[in-house]
Amino acid sequence: MKLLTHNFLSSRFLKNVATGYPLLLRVNEKELREVEFDQDFVQNIMPKVDYNCLVSTLMAIGEQGALPNELPENWRENEELLKELHRVLVKIEVIVGELECPESGRVFPIKDGIPNMLCQEDEC
Amino acid sequence: MNKRDRPERVLPPDLYYNEEEAAKYTMNSHIVSIQTDMSERAVELLVLPEDKTCMLLDIGCGSGISGSVISSSGHQWIGLDISRPMLMLCKDDEDFEGDLIHKDMGTGLPFRPGVFDGCISISAIQWLCHANTSSEIPSRRLHRFFQSLYSCLSRGARAVFQFYPEDDRQTEMIMSMAQKAGFDGGLVVDYPHSAKAKKIYLVLMTGGMQKLPSALTGEEVDEKRQAECTQRRNFVVDRKQNKRAAKGSKAWITQKVEAAKKRGRDFTESKYSGRKRKARF
Ligand SMILES: C[S@@+](CC[C@H](N)C(=O)[O-])C[C@H]1O[C@@H](n2cnc3c(N)ncnc32)[C@H](O)[C@@H]1O
Repeated sequence: MKLLTHNFLSSRFLKNVATGYPLLLRVNEKELREVEFDQDFVQNIMPKVDYNCLVSTLMAIGEQGALPNELPENWRENEELLKELHRVLVKIEVIVGELECPESGRVFPIKDGIPNMLCQEDEC
Repeated sequence: MNKRDRPERVLPPDLYYNEEEAAKYTMNSHIVSIQTDMSERAVELLVLPEDKTCMLLDIGCGSGISGSVISSSGHQWIGLDISRPMLMLCKDDEDFEGDLIHKDMGTGLPFRPGVFDGCISISAIQWLCHANTSSEIPSRRLHRFFQSLYSCLSRGARAVFQFYPEDDRQTEMIMSMAQKAGFDGGLVVDYPHSAKAKKIYLVLMTGGMQKLPSALTGEEVDEKRQAECTQRRNFVVDRKQNKRAAKGSKAWITQKVEAAKKRGRDFTESKYSGRKRKARF
């Protein structure tokens, strides 16, 4: 699972959960994948990324690296920054770990890089 | 197909697509070619902006046949499926570029609002018309699914479902639940007069009704095509000239051959190469 996907994920499908965001991420095993830098993609996707969630998640898994706490206004022109965003959004791959709903505490395991978000019919 | 023989009637999807069936499905070149064609058509029906890499959702992504079409068209995707063996096969594709989630779509999509630029779903939604346990109520699951889909799409985005309804009642149930969730849209039926080539696409739109795309009939290649959309509302369909020929016709074969040649050439040059699967078994 890429951190970009984590940035989109929510447990709001659970009964009695209002926003279910962001999901807490715990990582037991991760990889850095080889992905060609794609500046357009990063520029396109960033408006959809919740930057606070990204930074707090990176901090929690020890990957904040060079990312500033707040996204500077000129981020679109800052190639260094775009490269770092690309690295954290699509190159870091969580292989084993878990996600936790911030409201209900429900845990979703991640195995072989695939989060298991199955739930019972009466949980949603 | 006999009703009794439909996979949905045999077993629940997570049991039907076990390791053996998932592998059989993915290794079958006839299936791969049909799924690829339908996925290409679905992406076309999304009418995505040309100069932008979009983020798409693939519902019931299976072993990644539909997803690889998304990658080849230059977009990114997240796939969701209830069968773990199917999802594991995605990773066997050397060119796999998506991301995956193990999830039953009937329990609602796990995304925050507005993140996707579009959604495709190939041969999957009809599974929601069946209850696999006494606690599953198809209409409720369909409604929950469409509501969560509506929310995670950005405004103006579309969702295209190719599906195999068992009868008109199923189509009616699927469409009424989509409408209840706030979608506009209707059916596009390609090749309606050919029992074999006929394909049904449900095209759903957020952010107001727009013109429904034209269906392919396989005839009148040069003139304005005849609308062939069954729907709940009256869609006025303007036919854009479409260069597709009837499935199986001479012109169609020529086009396929040309397209295959072109693809072969493109694939050796582009970073999205053809679907090379790691040999297994
Ligand atoms: C015929 S396959 C199509 C796979 C892929 N879209 C393709 O074109 O090759 C149908 C897929 O839908 C999935 N499916 C069925 N019911 C589902 C559900 N409730 N939630 C998620 N996926 C489901 C099945 O596991 C299977 O992988």
